[in-house]
This record gives sequence, C-alpha cells and structure tokens, in this order.
Amino acid sequence: MSKKVAFMQGNEAAAHGALYAGCKFFAGYPITPSTEVAEVMSAELPKIGGKFIQMEDEIGAMAATIGGSLAGCKSLTATSGPGMSLKQENIGYACIAEVPCVIYNVMRGGPSTGMPTGPSQSDLMSARWGTHGDHATIALTPASVQETYDMMVRAFNLAEKYRMPVHVLPDEIVAHMRERIEFREQGELEVIDRTAPSVPPAEYKPYDPQFGDVPPLAAFGSGYKFHVTGLNKAADGFPTTKANLVQAEEERQIRKVMANVDDIVDFEEYKLDDADICVVAFGSTSRSARYAVNEAREKGVKVGMFRIKTFWPFPDKQIKALAGKVKAFIVPEMNLGMCSLEVERCAQGKAQILGINRVDGEPINPDQILEKMKEVK
Amino acid sequence: MSRYELRFSGAGGQGLITAGIILAEAASIHEGKQAVQSQSYGPEARGGASKSEVIIADAPVDYPKVTKCDALLALTQEACDKYSHDLKEGGILLYDTDLVTKLPAGNYKKVGFNIINTAKNEVGREIVANIVALGAMIALTGVVSRENGEKAVLSRVPAAFLELNKKAYAMGFEKALAASK
Repeated sequence: MSKKVAFMQGNEAAAHGALYAGCKFFAGYPITPSTEVAEVMSAELPKIGGKFIQMEDEIGAMAATIGGSLAGCKSLTATSGPGMSLKQENIGYACIAEVPCVIYNVMRGGPSTGMPTGPSQSDLMSARWGTHGDHATIALTPASVQETYDMMVRAFNLAEKYRMPVHVLPDEIVAHMRERIEFREQGELEVIDRTAPSVPPAEYKPYDPQFGDVPPLAAFGSGYKFHVTGLNKAADGFPTTKANLVQAEEERQIRKVMANVDDIVDFEEYKLDDADICVVAFGSTSRSARYAVNEAREKGVKVGMFRIKTFWPFPDKQIKALAGKVKAFIVPEMNLGMCSLEVERCAQGKAQILGINRVDGEPINPDQILEKMKEVK
Repeated sequence: MSRYELRFSGAGGQGLITAGIILAEAASIHEGKQAVQSQSYGPEARGGASKSEVIIADAPVDYPKVTKCDALLALTQEACDKYSHDLKEGGILLYDTDLVTKLPAGNYKKVGFNIINTAKNEVGREIVANIVALGAMIALTGVVSRENGEKAVLSRVPAAFLELNKKAYAMGFEKALAASK
C-alpha cells in the first residue's frame, strides 16, 4: 500500500503528528501564526472521541491542558507571541506538579504584539526561563514540515516518559510553509505512554520516590484519588515546607532530565568531519545554513553545520567537543543572540564566535552566512 | 532543473497564496518533484503587498525562500516595485497590463496581459484571476506540465466551480502564450 502523502503547512503537520502520538485533548486560544493547529484539532479530535476546547484566554487554555492531561488524555496547546507570555504561569504549575503536556509555540516577532506575521526565533529563553523558579526544560526546534510532524510525536513521547511539559518551537517560516509530507503508518514511529501506577489506589502516592525519578501518574477518574498543587509537595502530593523534602523534590525534577540528556538531546551533524568552521543553526535558519554550507564547500571552504533539534537541554557536550576541533562557530538566528550565548558558554573561549542576528521580520539568507565565513580568523 | 524560484505578488485577497500552493502541489504531488511554498503578508486581511513564493527542484529544497527570482508575477504596481529587485537577468516578469504600468528596468522577458480583466469579463468571475495568472505562469515557465497544473487546480476547487476554474486556467495559459510571441 502506498503511503498517504499530502502537501501541507508545518502547523497542519504538527496537529497530525499530535494525533499520531495519541493526543486526545486540545485547549487553546487562537493566535497568529499558530491558529492552523487549533483549526485541524477542532476538526479531527471529535472524530476520534477526543475533545477540543477554545478557552477564554491563554491562561485558561494552559490550565485546561494540564487538567486534560491529569484526566489521562495526552494534551496539547498551541500559541504564539503574547499568548506564550500568558501561558507561563501555568507552565510553571505543569513543571512542579509534573504534568505531561505539549506546548507548541510558533515563534513570531516580539516582545508584546511585535510582528504577528513576521518570523522570529526569539522565544528560546522564554521557553527555558519564562516561568519562574528552578526547573528543567525540554524544547524541540523543527526545520521542515515532515520534521514538525515527527517531532510532535517525539515531544509527546518525552512529555510522557519524563512526566513534564515539553515545548515545540517552530519559527513562523517552518510553521507556515508548505511541503510534501508522508503520514506515518501505525507502528512506524514509537509512541510512549506514561507509566500507570502498579499499586492499588489506597497505596498510591503521586510523587513516590521509590519508583525512581519519574513516579507513575494515575489518571483522575480511574479510581485513584490524589492531591495536585502548585506548592512544593511531599510524596503524597500534599504541600510541605520540610526543608529536606523540598530540596530533594526540586533536585529530582531537574535530575530526571539532566541524567537523561543523551536520550533527550537530538541533533544533526552535516559535513563536519573535516570542518574548520561550524555553523550552529536550528529551525528554518538551518535551511539557509545548509544552502550556504553546500555553496561554500563547492569553493573549497571547509565548513559544516551542527543542527540543533533539541534546543533544551542545550547540546553542551557536542558543542564543547566541536569547540576543540573548529576555528569558529557561526550562529545565525532570528533574535539578537540567544543561541550565540549558549554556544559561547560551551565553547569556553576555544573558538571564535560570529553571530548573525535578524529581527526585522526577514529570514537570514544564505548570502549572509556566506559573507560571515569571510570574517573567520 | 536544479532549482527554480517563482514569486506571485500583488495585494492581499487576490488569491496569490492559493496560486502558489497549487503550483507547488502540482510540482510535488503530481509531478514528483520537490517543492516548498511560503508566503509573507501583513497583519491586514485585505490589501497591502502580499507575496507567495514557490521553489521547485529535483533535490530536496533547503532554503525555502527566493534567492534570485526566476519568474515573478506582479498584479499590482506596489508589488511590482517592491518585489522585482531580485529578478534574475533573463528571468520572466508576468504582469497585469491594466494595473502595472511602470516596469522595472532590466533584462527580463516581460509578458503582460489584462489578467484581472480577463477573469472578470471573459471567464466571468474576478475571483479566478489567480487561476488565470497561474495558467499563464505555467505556460511561460514550463515548471510543470499543463496537465499536471490543471489537475492540481481541479483538486483544490469545490465541485460547483470546476468548469469556471478550468476555463480560467486554460484562458491564462493561452493568453500568456499569445502575449509572449
């Protein structure tokens, strides 16, 4: 049987990827340039017994997404720009309460209303630190329509596996451009579901450390009763201010991610084997970078690309290793230097770092990257 | 053909994004090539300069936007002024002769006819001006076959409007051929 193919937008593919992953609940508030996700989910979820709800605003939408997940449904919300700012409070709630869910945030110009229809890559730090307090973050950055579909499946898998919110951060170009896509057949991609409790309801504790760093999560309505709060909590889910418990809980929540970076961090190395120059790129900008690398290679320039697919946790180990091999990193990004800062931190002064930064609503084109290569010392 | 870059430009609401999508679909679904379609538009729903870009290639398309435009459609003077700067030497400029009167200087193949008027008065509905333009663009560039272009148009259109769009596509195709002679 031939595969089902379609020609569609990144946003539409994101919705279909979520459905493949088993998403049964979407709560959102429409906002350009993310609205197509809500459109597709509103049409498709009712057909499979799922629920779509448009909330009164993004704060409510994030709260509903958390509620949907606690009721046992894989849950998704989609937003952009100022909508992301509003979701931050409840994203913190999902972090501390350890509720798996996926936040699909199409990066547009900002701050505030900014440029609603212009592309941007400036929500990297807001995904990482937008909600207050110490917490781990997982964020993925797709570069094509097919990859957006596949990464949504991965985002749900990571959310379920590590019991936490996961961000998917396409830029507006990836979200709105159209490409051919192959729908995955059942069984073709791995689909992970959260671990359900193995103990009877009377013995269940939602944050029981005896089950490891990712305790099983029961679904409300399945006979398990437990307490969920935004306060620091003990193993039974009820608030605590006991210093040793709070410290241990906070550390566990970060450890569950940082002890598994090799499982979480995904990347692509392109023509880096003999490279003197490494372009570090992600999202649509990596497509300009690939074009530029191919052009430069034809002229004999030893340049390659490190393409970030998991932005958070940042691929520290890989960039550190490259810093010992290449002369320079070129970091093109549609913001004023967020990724550069991370590359600089990892490179520890071992390589030159050249940023290309655009926030004018226009993409970074291959010529700009080619020009920058001339500045390498 | 390693990489062919097209841009459809005009005002918001003229159906340029749809025209781009149909062309890219014709290339990637019906012709088995690689294609990417993207667009840029302002926050307003109607009016304002709007563009839709299509890159068609034999190999996967990396940079999804136009670098050097092989073929440009301009349906308004504003769009022509704004989006003709990176038209390749020897490239194709297709324009509406009623709406674009000042053509950019340069060594292009300039082909014009009254695209919107054709849709309105000869096909019967102004709304299909984008399909007239699409037919014309395919005739001039040959990036996809006439048949595959028509297939892509008809697979996007509601049943009640099949004949209208078929006529618009054919008329655009023929008029462009006549105008380029």
